[in-house]
Order: sequence, then structure tokens, then C-alpha cells
Amino acid sequence: MAKHDTPLLDELEKGPWPSFVTDMKRQAETHPECWDILGQLELSFKDRITHWKHGGIVGVFGYGGGIVGRYSDVPKQFPGVEHFHTVRIAQPAGLYYSTKNLRALMDLWDKYGSGMTNMHGSTGDMIFLGTRTENLEPLFWDLTHDLDQDLGGSGSNLRTPSCCLGDSRCEWSCYDAQDICYHLTMHYQDEIHRPAFPYKFKFKFSGCPNDCVAAIARSDFALIGTWKDDIQMDQAAVKEYIAGNYPSNGGAHAGRDWGAFDIQKEVIDICPTDCMWMEGDELKIDNSECTRCMHCINVMPRALKPGKEKGATICIGAKAPILDGAQFATMVIPFINVSKDNEYENVIDVIEQIWDWWMEVGKNRERVGETMQRIGLPTFLKVMEVEAMPQHVKEPRSNPYVFWKEEEVEGGWERDVQAFRKKHAA
Amino acid sequence: MGYDPANPMEGRITDLGPRSYTEMLPPVIAANKGKWDYHEIIAPGILLHVGDSGDECYTVRVGSPRLVSIEYVRELCDVADKHCEGYLRFTTRNNVEFMTDSKEKCDALVADLKGRDTKLPVGGTGACVTNIVHTQGWVHCHTPATDASGPVKAVMDDLFDYFGSMTLPAQVRIALACCLNMCGAVHASDIAILGIHRKPPMIDHTRITGVCELPLAISSCPLGAVKPAKAEVNGQEVKTVKVNAERCMFCGNCYTMCPAMPLADPEGDGIAILVGGKVSNAKSAPKFSKLVIPFLPNTPPRWPETVEAVRKIVEVYAKDAKKYERVGEWAERIGWEKFFEKCEIPFTDKSIDDYRLAYDTWRTSTQFKYTNATDAYTK
Repeated sequence: MAKHDTPLLDELEKGPWPSFVTDMKRQAETHPECWDILGQLELSFKDRITHWKHGGIVGVFGYGGGIVGRYSDVPKQFPGVEHFHTVRIAQPAGLYYSTKNLRALMDLWDKYGSGMTNMHGSTGDMIFLGTRTENLEPLFWDLTHDLDQDLGGSGSNLRTPSCCLGDSRCEWSCYDAQDICYHLTMHYQDEIHRPAFPYKFKFKFSGCPNDCVAAIARSDFALIGTWKDDIQMDQAAVKEYIAGNYPSNGGAHAGRDWGAFDIQKEVIDICPTDCMWMEGDELKIDNSECTRCMHCINVMPRALKPGKEKGATICIGAKAPILDGAQFATMVIPFINVSKDNEYENVIDVIEQIWDWWMEVGKNRERVGETMQRIGLPTFLKVMEVEAMPQHVKEPRSNPYVFWKEEEVEGGWERDVQAFRKKHAA
Repeated sequence: MGYDPANPMEGRITDLGPRSYTEMLPPVIAANKGKWDYHEIIAPGILLHVGDSGDECYTVRVGSPRLVSIEYVRELCDVADKHCEGYLRFTTRNNVEFMTDSKEKCDALVADLKGRDTKLPVGGTGACVTNIVHTQGWVHCHTPATDASGPVKAVMDDLFDYFGSMTLPAQVRIALACCLNMCGAVHASDIAILGIHRKPPMIDHTRITGVCELPLAISSCPLGAVKPAKAEVNGQEVKTVKVNAERCMFCGNCYTMCPAMPLADPEGDGIAILVGGKVSNAKSAPKFSKLVIPFLPNTPPRWPETVEAVRKIVEVYAKDAKKYERVGEWAERIGWEKFFEKCEIPFTDKSIDDYRLAYDTWRTSTQFKYTNATDAYTK
């Protein structure tokens, strides 16, 4: 595998942002197949189409997913990428690494792969980018035997769960997002490795409604931390913000002069429910009207904190556009306790209630969000054994096309038209 | 002993899952987990977290191209070994974070990062443009309508000053997906770059019966444009499909299901720009991104039209929006008609929804602002 001319890609070595081209060229010195990655990509830049063949089914025995097969459509020109399969490696919750583990993984990939990775895939996995079929089993052997770790998910299964960094380095996390992410990943290994679902299913865990792992947009099952008592307030710290001694929003706007901090303008007037006010120099919150959006806490992190009675909201059914349009996850369970003490048994019950139903009624390649739309939220709530409540809707329906069940209507639906005629001649 | 292809199930270990996060935490994180008091951004790219105990954790955030080599990761490990007791982490937007427990160590770390040949730019915090969540593009995927790594590099080069500063009204999240499967965050980002096709699929009748499950291809179409059909190949009748081109909006989902229906095209394919999405619940509810520019050409290697369009939106937003206002909140406050006028984006009928629940997006009120778009009616 020789170096190819890459005049177009060379242009991407310029500029201040780190260049993947420069990096790949450095790697090509020890992994010459990188020249062929660059060569084929250069050809795509020239032709303005992809040069990967459709699909590719490869894997390791015992699993139904974890590896995305890929083959070049110009293998003679670029033999280094004739096979170019990617291997999804299960990542530690919160994406913390010891260099010992990371170096061991890189050594493994040095031995079996192209030398290129994605840190990380959008779902969370570490991605080993590009290897040949015959390397897959030996790589998996070493990964499991020497590194004591596993592949991630792909296909119609539970994909690799991921989380925000949770309470490892954030004062707002309302539960231990890393721990439940790890626990449920271990609990559902079979569902991750052996596709048994109508389509893919994703878990994401965010510690608070800022949702740093985008659970509400990118997971079928989103657990988003919240609280049910009062926002914790430190009035002395509020005064420090008003006096300008603490930076608003933790200093997030320090690069521009926005004027002196104005608690009325920047917090009270922006509150979406208008439930805050100043009484003298004390900040007041009517917590019964608060929707826990996080804005005031975000702006004054040293003065305001989530409440002490913490838990999470469960939202279900987010997905990208294909097939029926993009969906955010729908709020189904307003508050659930999230505790290691019961090994998350109550959360597991909710997940399995969804799966028991969706695995039966979900159509081929139908995300749970689409099944919910097809069947209707009222039916889904019954499946979930959740009482309908106003919190389930942004607004009540405006059309009058309401289904009633026969047993809900006095006298049922069996009627005699002759009896009707006695009172109402035709 | 290693893998034995003659006895593939022998000695196989399965269902191990990932390594536990508990093995991976830097000492200051392990000691203060669940016990943090507050945080501050002390400079662009540098965070300070203070524990209830008074412990301090300094975090330095570094931009990364996501598509990275073993050598690059090893260099990150060198930095972490030297300054951070052998620990580091990655963020949900694919930046890298190094953590230390004192200001002195943090300063030494930053100096080291700045002195390296490998570009390790510090930034991505606060009201900035941080890393672009993106996809595989022509580097690995078979269904893209554009590349990912190339346009991302071009856009980040152009917006680089916004990465290492905090001058915007709020954080601006940019995402890119190379087709409308929208892997990642395109449907819920402040600014989104989306690969699109504009030509219906070609049908390879010679192969389709052998390589496709036809009912899957038929049911893969959101608009019912794919129908069963028959064709003659070498004098023999074969089962195939036909595509009603008038109903096809080029989503490419039939190709995902059926290798005999390719649709990539150098002139047809390109980029759409969407804006105004967000994920956080802060202030307003999460929002979908909305399509404001229906097509920009694929122009490797630096996609100047896309770079220019994104910059223009960022600059107008930066000038016009209020403190804390996300792009979508700003656009909704001023009205979309003002968004188009201020950003000098020509409005076309391509931005008007015509899919199923489209009616909900039309203006069913007399409340609108006069802009250059209404000029013809106000003379």
C-alpha cells in the first residue's frame, strides 16, 4: 500500500482546527492501509459520492451484532480498505478512562486494525474503524480474555447505553447516571448482543433536565433526573451574585460585556412560569409552580441547587425522521426513585413493561415511538399501567374523534333499531 | 492459547459488558463523586469544580476531530500520564477532558497542550461554538449524501475563534449528518448540516431479485412511492419494483433496505441547513431544528457555501439575540420571517412543510411582520 496523491484532502491540513488528514498521515507511517483510506476518500472528494459497497454482514460467534461490515467498491485500487469493518467497543459509563486501559485498547487495535478510531460513536461506543474479517475473532478473543471487556451493540437490539457524567463531576445530577448506566448495561447483556427486538432500542441517562447526553432526543428510553421538593437556596450567595462577586452562569458569558448582572432581567423575567420574585433582598420561588427547567440554577450555580428529594422523569420514544418523522421522547412517568439500593428494580420493571408489549405488537423496523403513535398514547398508558394525567399532554386534543370502550357506555352497543323506531318513526 | 478457528466456541467469553466506570475515575473525581458544591468556568476551556470538602478539580477541555488515530490517542495518554495521574475522559460532543487537582498542575497542563505539534485547542465551554457532533460520511458509510469529516473541519476552521472564546448569547450546538437517517443530533441542534439527495433511486433490475427482499423495500418508503413491478432481464421476466418519481422525496431509505436501488449523485447530492433545535429543557422545551436552506452543493474539499451559510447565521444571531437566548428561542421571538430577513436567506417553498402533520406549521393567523418578502404586496 503506497501513498496516493491527495491534493483535495491536503487542503484540509490547513487551518487551526485539528486535521484528521494530518493525523491519518502520521498513522500511515506505521499503518500503510491509512494511505488507502486517504486514497479512497480523495476519490470520493473527486467523484462526490461514497465508495463503500452497500451493507456487509460480519460478526463474531455467539453475538448477532457489534460489528459493522464494510467493503470498498474499488478494492483493486485501494487493497488496504478492501475489507473495512468497524468494531464497536463497549465504553465505560461517563467516558472516563485510565491510560492503562486506553493504551491496552490501542495496542489491541494496533495489532488487528487500521490504526484509526472514532472517539466516540454517537451512541457512545468506542469505534475501531477498519479491519478485515479474519481479524474479528482474534480481536474479540484478546478483547475478552486479556482486557476483560466486550463489544457494543448494533442491529435490532438494545444498543449500547450511555449517560452524562452524572454526579462524578456535576453538582446538578439528581441520581448516579453512571451507575445505573453500567448496571443496566450489565443486566441486559443478552439483549445487547443478540437482536431480539422489532428494531433498535436505546437507553440514555441524563442527571438533570439540561440533558447533556441528549436523552430526550436520542433514546427510546430516556431517564432524566429531577426533584420533587423545593429548590435549595442560599440567600447569602444570591446577594453575592447581585453584588457582582460571583459570575453569572458560572462565567459562561465572560467573553463579552453584557453589563452588570441583573437578577430581575436574567433570572426572574426569564423564568418560564414566572414563579420567582424578590422580596427585599431575598429571592423567592413558588416551587409549586416551578417546572424545574434549570434556568435559574444554571445562572446562579453557587446560590441555587436542585431539591433534596431526587429522582427522575421517564420519557419514551425519541427517534430520528425515518420513517414517520422525528420524535422527541414523550413524558410518561413524571417521577421515579432511582436508587442503587434496590438495584434499580423499579426502573427495570418499567423497561420490561415496554419491551413485553413492543416485542409483541411492534411491526418490523418500527421504533417504539412509532408504535406509540400507531396505537395511541391512551392505549400505551394502559399498557404501562399509568393513569392518564394532564402532564401527559402539551394540550388536550381539539378534535372530537374520541374512542369509548363499550363497557364505558351505559347499556353497551347492542341496540334494536325496531325499539328505536317506536319512539322515532322513519 | 488464542482463538482456534477449528473450535470456535472453545474458551469463548461473552457478555462481559464494558469495564466498570469505577476503575476509570481520577482520584479527585473518585473522592468527590456525588459531593460537588459548585462549578465555575475560569477561562475558555477550563472548568473548576469545588467539592463540599473544599477539594478542587480543574478540567481542561480540548477540541478533537473525533476521527483519530492510535498515535493521537497515545499522545492524549502521554499528556494524562504526565499531568493527570493517568486518567482522562471524553465528552458527549467528542471533546477530550483532562482533570487535575490544583491550579499549578492545570497551568502546566495548558502550557504543555499549547506547546505540542499536534493541535490540541483548549475551549468548548460556556457560550461558545463547541465541537460538531458528526457522522461517518465518505470515510465509512454506504448511504451518505455528503461527507462528514471534511465539512466539519472546514466549518470548525472558520468558526475557530468561537471555540476558544465565550462571546455568544448562549452555547451554539452544531451537528452534521451525512444523510437523513440523522445519526447523532441534527434534528435537535442550533445549527444542523444535513446531507440530502435530489434524484430518485436508480433500479438495478439485473440484481434486485437476488439481493433484495422486495416487501422490505416497498414498506421502507415514507410516501408509498415504491411499488411491486415486473421487468424483463435477458429475455426473462423478473420481480422488481418501480418508483413513482413524483412521490419520491429522495430520502434513500429504500437503498438502506435494498442494495439494488442506489441514488448517490455528484450533482444531485448536497447539503441542507436546519436551525433552531435544542435538547435542554432550560427556559423553553426541547425544539426540533427547522429547514431554512434547502440545498447547498457538495464542494469538496472545503464546502465554502456551507461554511459561509453557517457563519452568517452565527454572526447575525450573535449580534441580535439576547443573553441566554438559544438560536431557536431567538428565531421564535423575532418570528421566522425576521430570521430569514436578518440572515439574508431567500425563503423558498422547500421550507414549507408538506408531510402529514404539515398544517400545524402553517400560519393560521393575521399576526406577521412585514419584511422584504412581503414587499410585492405593500406597494
